[in-house]
Amino acid sequence: MMPVEASTFAPRVDGIFWMLSGASIATMLLVGTLVLFFSIKYRRGTAAPRGPVPEKMSREVEIGWTAVTFFGFMFFFWFAAVAETTQFEIPTKAMEIHVVAKQWMWKLEHPNGVREINTLHVPVGVPVRLVMTSQDVIHSFFVPAFRMKQDVLPGRYVEAWFEASKTGTFHLFCTEYCGTDHSRMAGGIVVQSQQDYGRWIAAQPQGDSLADQGAVLFERMGCTGCHGGSTRVRAPNLHGIFGQPQPVEGGGFVTADESYLRDSIVLPQKDVVAGYQPIMPSYQNVATEDDLIRLIAYLKSGKVVQPRQEVGR
Amino acid sequence: MSGTEATALGREAGQVSFLTEGGTTVRSWLLTTDHKRIALLYAAGITFFFFLGGAAATLIRAELVTPAGDLLTADQYNRVFTLHGVIMVWFFLVPSIPTTLGNFLLPLMIGAREVAFPRLNLFSWYLYVAGGLITLASLLMGGVDTGWTFYTPFSTLYSNSYVLLAAAGVFVVGFSSIATGINFIATIHLLRAQGMTWMRLPLFAWSMYTVSLVMVLATPVLAISLLLVFCERAFGLPIFDPRSGGDPLLFQHLFWFYSHPAVYIMILPAFGVVSEIIACEARRRVFGYTFMVYAMVAIAIIGFMVWGHHMFVSGQSPFANLVFSFLSFVIAVPSAIKVFNWTGTLYRGQIRFSAPMLYALGFVGLFTLGGLTGLFLASIPLDVHVTDTYFVVAHFHYIMVGGSVSAFFGGLHFWWPKITGRMYSEVFAKFAAVSMFFGFNFTFFPQFILGYLGMPRRYHEYPPEFQVWHVMSSTGAVVLAFAYIWPLFYLGWSLVKGKRADDNPFDATGLEWQTTSPPPKDNFAVLPIVTEEPYRYHPEGFAPHDVEDTHSAQTPQ
Repeated sequence: MMPVEASTFAPRVDGIFWMLSGASIATMLLVGTLVLFFSIKYRRGTAAPRGPVPEKMSREVEIGWTAVTFFGFMFFFWFAAVAETTQFEIPTKAMEIHVVAKQWMWKLEHPNGVREINTLHVPVGVPVRLVMTSQDVIHSFFVPAFRMKQDVLPGRYVEAWFEASKTGTFHLFCTEYCGTDHSRMAGGIVVQSQQDYGRWIAAQPQGDSLADQGAVLFERMGCTGCHGGSTRVRAPNLHGIFGQPQPVEGGGFVTADESYLRDSIVLPQKDVVAGYQPIMPSYQNVATEDDLIRLIAYLKSGKVVQPRQEVGR
Repeated sequence: MSGTEATALGREAGQVSFLTEGGTTVRSWLLTTDHKRIALLYAAGITFFFFLGGAAATLIRAELVTPAGDLLTADQYNRVFTLHGVIMVWFFLVPSIPTTLGNFLLPLMIGAREVAFPRLNLFSWYLYVAGGLITLASLLMGGVDTGWTFYTPFSTLYSNSYVLLAAAGVFVVGFSSIATGINFIATIHLLRAQGMTWMRLPLFAWSMYTVSLVMVLATPVLAISLLLVFCERAFGLPIFDPRSGGDPLLFQHLFWFYSHPAVYIMILPAFGVVSEIIACEARRRVFGYTFMVYAMVAIAIIGFMVWGHHMFVSGQSPFANLVFSFLSFVIAVPSAIKVFNWTGTLYRGQIRFSAPMLYALGFVGLFTLGGLTGLFLASIPLDVHVTDTYFVVAHFHYIMVGGSVSAFFGGLHFWWPKITGRMYSEVFAKFAAVSMFFGFNFTFFPQFILGYLGMPRRYHEYPPEFQVWHVMSSTGAVVLAFAYIWPLFYLGWSLVKGKRADDNPFDATGLEWQTTSPPPKDNFAVLPIVTEEPYRYHPEGFAPHDVEDTHSAQTPQ
């Protein structure tokens, strides 16, 4: 009756489930018993005494059960909210997987450039952070065994994480209706022991890592023209930019996370770094989602060349 | 004219009812401004759409008996569940109780001769029919495959189906809701009989008042969101398309800002119906009348502040999730109070288990379970796991079908003698009520388990391990289908051969029972004057006396 618990978070979700189930069964029993008891005792024609109910008493009963219900519900809220904060707090030291959803398949990429379709291999006991986007409509990444689900939206990155606690193969479903073959947009998460995972990843055809592919794209798409070392056009220095707060035009700071870097490539006018002219063209229809993943991987890596000090800066 | 006909039907000559007064031609019906006739016009439309939506549900349940998609193709299946949702929500559930029982009874209950705007009332029916025809046209041309939720950017950019036509149909029918809401608000404010103060209104009238507020305030937002979908799909105006800087989530916010209150549009009228039935059949004043009123008002207001609980996994900020989760727990409190009060009304009553009472008690059970599972969905970590699975499907069917439809059938039976002037077979009706309760649970309880196991909704095919629960659910649906079709026969039969109903066959209080069955066109010969609180089933401060069964409504016909 219960789905397998295969992530570190699953037992907590099931804990809340059982707590609420217990409370629900108790309430159903209470209401059911009262209705049944009254129905029998006070059915028409029985000799049960039926005195009046004093107005004052009924008022106190009302206030009583309103208060009890309210405090009960607040307790449930608090209990669930505490777990929520864990769920949405994404660990910083985590293995990173890029997910690109499209009608009707999942494309999953490991940092070293290994690509999978509809199947994802992960090691047990390692937090995995998913950076996800969609090429077309809204999809949703759902792994019941991990009690984890996150909608995957086009045009932006959303994040989710899990830490598998059990080896095996578990269902991956799309749970946001996405068209004709929605029900076939399914796959499997293969959780392996860390040794098995090491062997598996070593056996994959080795290409360049995402960051190295990104470095090539960075040249080819002309990014180096402005962001490279030998230029007079004033464009921000991208070395070591990832994770740093950036001052933006109009005041305030934005942390240069994946979403910000993505927006800066496809919607460069959105948050311009303070002190620069909004002259960068949009790469909206130039860079594909796969390209963006590689470019961002490159920017996150330590491989970005530090630009030469500009004269007169 | 009606004199001879009435005599032929066995009535005393000279007694007229709205059914014959003013003519019996088709034209006299289609141009009527009588709220009672309009209620019957709506009833015809609603019955048609209920069975159309039911046919779609039958196809869905038949397809899901096996894991492979063998009965329908994927595209057909997607169109069928969309049809089921669109028809059932906008053409059955939302208008069901307000436009039929509400239209018929509200003026009677408050001692008025008409609604405030009789012609607007007729116009709203034509809007309903126009919206229905447009939606049917989209169906006949090939259907829609977006789901009833019309999520963007799928609906605006990717769907190859008749989205524009279906959205236009829903857009039009929305204005019928708004018209009904305005009419009811004005009616209750302006046309209450002398002495009918707000705190003397029957709870059904209160439920009509609160539901009208929600209709008037929420439905325009639906119209706006559909209009935006229309603009983006038809004219390429970039609103939700992320490639042009639009935000697909904006649509979900707008849509649920309407559609969550819409759930209360569907359930508030049910609260009213059930309160009337339980008080009458238990011969007891409603326990905590004022709290029942406050609870409905609270639900109508807080209902506007919880829409974000549909979007916990959508990418909404975790802080917004917390706020919406908190408010969702808060709104569960007035719902719980109502359940306790219905139970309290039975205490020290003189309970009779007529068919309407069985429906009402069934409602209390199903609504309680539906409401409790709502707490699961308000808890964020649990919602993350079960949202967009069969758990959610089961939950909202418990509220909207188990709850609202049970109440609708209960109310239909309870006021049937008043509306038609005929008695139905009590035995047959009890059998239908019990079948509905068990058939419903048999169909939808397995879906809670399916959902927790991880079965996503809107799946044409599914992994074989889920099959056993799907087979159970489909088997239950056979019983449920019977429970819905069966009343057509005995209620239809009662129109022809049913015993003539007295003016007040259940000895109910309430002004609607003080006029004839069926009422005359102007409702009352002399307008009543109200001097007491509602539900005078026993004198204040006393227990209900023994009730003699002077009427034989309990015995089979």
